[in-house]
Amino acid sequence: MNAAYLYSLIAVVLLGLISYAGAEAAGLEVLFGVIIPYLALIVFLIGFANKILDWTKSPVPFRIPTTMGQQKSLPWIKHNKFDSPYTTGQVVIRMVLEILLFRSLLKNLRTGFGKDGQKITYKWVVWLWLFALMFHYSFLVVVIRHLRFFAEPVPFFVTMIERVDGMLQIMLPNLFISGVVLLAGASLLLLRRVLLPKLVYISRPADFFPLFLIIGIAVTGLMMRYVSKVDVVRVKELTMGLATFQPSIPEGTIGGLFYVHLFFVSLLVAYIPFSKLMHMGGVFLSPTRNLPNNSRAKRHVNPWNYPVKTHTYEEYEDDFRDKMKEAGLPVEKE
Amino acid sequence: MAETPKPEKLFQNIDHSLPDEPWEEIPPDLSEGRFCYPTKKKNLNYLDLPATTQDEWSPADEEWPIPDNWKEIIHEGFKDRLEKYRSLKIFMDVCVRCGACADKCHFFIGTGDPKNMPVLRAELLRSVYRNDFTTAGKILKKINGGRPLTKQVLKEWFSYFYQCTECRRCSVYCPYGIDTAEVTMMGRELLSLLGLNINWVLEPVANCFRTGNHLGIQPHAFKDMVDFFCDDIEEITGVRINPSFNRKGAEILFIVPSGDVFADPGTYTFMGYLLLFEHLGLDYTLSTYASEGGNFGLFTSSEVMKRLNAKMYAEARRLGVKWILGGECGHMWRVINQYMDTMNGPADFGEVPKSPITGTVFENAASTRMVHITEFTADLLRNNKLKLDPSRNDKHVVTFHDSCNPSRAMGLLDEPRYVLNGVCNHFYEMPENTIREQTFCCGSGSGLNTEEIMELRLLGGLPRANAVKHVHDTFGVNMLSCICAIDRAALPPLMDYWVPGVGVTGIHELVGNALVMDGEIERTMDLRFEPLNEETEEDADE
Repeated sequence: MNAAYLYSLIAVVLLGLISYAGAEAAGLEVLFGVIIPYLALIVFLIGFANKILDWTKSPVPFRIPTTMGQQKSLPWIKHNKFDSPYTTGQVVIRMVLEILLFRSLLKNLRTGFGKDGQKITYKWVVWLWLFALMFHYSFLVVVIRHLRFFAEPVPFFVTMIERVDGMLQIMLPNLFISGVVLLAGASLLLLRRVLLPKLVYISRPADFFPLFLIIGIAVTGLMMRYVSKVDVVRVKELTMGLATFQPSIPEGTIGGLFYVHLFFVSLLVAYIPFSKLMHMGGVFLSPTRNLPNNSRAKRHVNPWNYPVKTHTYEEYEDDFRDKMKEAGLPVEKE
Repeated sequence: MAETPKPEKLFQNIDHSLPDEPWEEIPPDLSEGRFCYPTKKKNLNYLDLPATTQDEWSPADEEWPIPDNWKEIIHEGFKDRLEKYRSLKIFMDVCVRCGACADKCHFFIGTGDPKNMPVLRAELLRSVYRNDFTTAGKILKKINGGRPLTKQVLKEWFSYFYQCTECRRCSVYCPYGIDTAEVTMMGRELLSLLGLNINWVLEPVANCFRTGNHLGIQPHAFKDMVDFFCDDIEEITGVRINPSFNRKGAEILFIVPSGDVFADPGTYTFMGYLLLFEHLGLDYTLSTYASEGGNFGLFTSSEVMKRLNAKMYAEARRLGVKWILGGECGHMWRVINQYMDTMNGPADFGEVPKSPITGTVFENAASTRMVHITEFTADLLRNNKLKLDPSRNDKHVVTFHDSCNPSRAMGLLDEPRYVLNGVCNHFYEMPENTIREQTFCCGSGSGLNTEEIMELRLLGGLPRANAVKHVHDTFGVNMLSCICAIDRAALPPLMDYWVPGVGVTGIHELVGNALVMDGEIERTMDLRFEPLNEETEEDADE
């Protein structure tokens, strides 16, 4: 029985309750509205920078791209530029396709066994790719939309994205597609982990915790906008205070739900540097993807390359000279 | 060891249902037949590598002969490698366990053992990494997926890092390119710090260090064996070939995997090379010192890889050749393409490789000075430099197995196909999810080509065999071609078991059959001394 998701769910619910009670009942608005968000931001910035620095401190001794297409060799053989890049420019395109379109995930297959019990089958499956794409892009749009709370006047691109995001023109207030897709994407990714046996088996609390946290963020966000509405003017007063480093808790109540939302976000942000969520940085640095496959044309230098003990030709000839001479093989020393 | 069951039975026995216990709590299966035999101590001593504390031992033993401070040794070794390899750090940190890799491993497909999912194979190392080297792991311990290094973990590493053939198929599907080959290589390096190596890898390494090749063939014997091929060639074609050895001033140094000198069907491929060069009048020489293209150091540690590989450049320099031509071998080409120049370069001899026959300059090998034989031959074919009679291969209905390393560590995909299409008339591809960059391993790569784990190898090779079976049933394919010496050793038993009736050949064996040599006698036999045409099937019916 994989209890990993139960623990994670309980942890997130408890954390939500704590922040709700803290802000609503215990009057800890300053703690949850100012201190924790600032701390989270500091932890994130230092932690993230630290991790990237730590990664880059280790060299890339060998050029080890995974080639996924025809190499550049003879001029008349069609070179697959983006799956077996030869130049930095081609690597950039490979990386852009990977990072923006999750191209490797799009190759995903499901391996199965045929009915006759003697055949292995492979089926192209897009679900993981689709859910991942839904999740990441909607998250990005949501984050950009939230910049509205941290800038005055609201930057033009934020308004622009809001217009596209709200193009369905349904509900009041106008429905943003991204929020719903984010919740759907995260939930679908969660369902995979709960329903697919292999995924259940490999999943850890560290896989469920951030998913529940993000679902919590999405749910509280959607609730604030569409169900139990919070006072947006006061929210912006608080967030602008944070953004301008003149933090203050606005007069009157914003509502516990907002503090839960903010607390979840703070937790997520602070959690990133210590977790698998660092894939957002790591994906840029993976040596199997971000290097050109040209190490036969251009020498790759290993900074820690050191001399090793070899068996030299002289030693070899010393070992076998008589036999070599007898066989008529040329020797250096008679 | 228990008798291997019949193929249908073995296939049906594959169980992909998952155990109830978490994988951390399941001890590795170290019963006879499930592990490779550990190396003899003499090999480690010969190479000055760390050795176990006693000579005779078995992974099935409860206590392993490792030094008392083994934990410290592994911890320091791990730390050292994290500092040396960005790949290791990234691959330890960024996996999100999305599961894309899970069913891509041939060993997982064949065994159903969850720890053969690439994600879990890496978690074997990652769990210790989290526990020992990350802040979150130090605080959260098990909740964060950490676990302390214990003897059971060490046994798990030995079991599963020697159930990975470093084929890199999983890294194709990983959204971050996490490469289990890299993880396995690190895992094996760590085990090696305690002398925990397998004999099938270390014996070839020790041989190669001393004699220049994995099989321990001494110089005079090497020459004898090649002379023997020349006798066979003369009998078959009427043409006498006298290749040179260790000859200074030759234009090209030719290096092949020694398996091609030693065992069928690789030997026929070697005969194909000899015929080709004779046909061209190529100015080349073989070396008895650099008589190994392969490099089992790759399966031991980067240092051992470098120690063995050094011979190639050293010999090219000593002989004063212009460039090096390399034979058909899989992992050899991973070493040449991704490691050689970095480790033992810069290549301070000769010039940028240029085909003396066509004048083509191999710009893509400008720095390493080493060209793959199928690149060389494809160029010859393209320029119509070969006199060929492909109909001599007509009895073969051929398919092509992309070897892991040329595919995923080099991108050598179309060159061998171009050559094949030039020398035979019946060629069919296997299903697209099983070829090119998605190719399946023979199940015996990275030093696992050893008898004692035959059943595991048959299971690991099942996905490959199953795809061959498909084209065998659909198109009547009866010949599996490949460009790898380990394949040529591992695929025949795999075919005999899963797809009887399919033979295994190197590409240049087919080239050798098709080549019309100057002054040849009428060819009635192929390089295997078998009749050229299956019309003789009628004879066989008698």
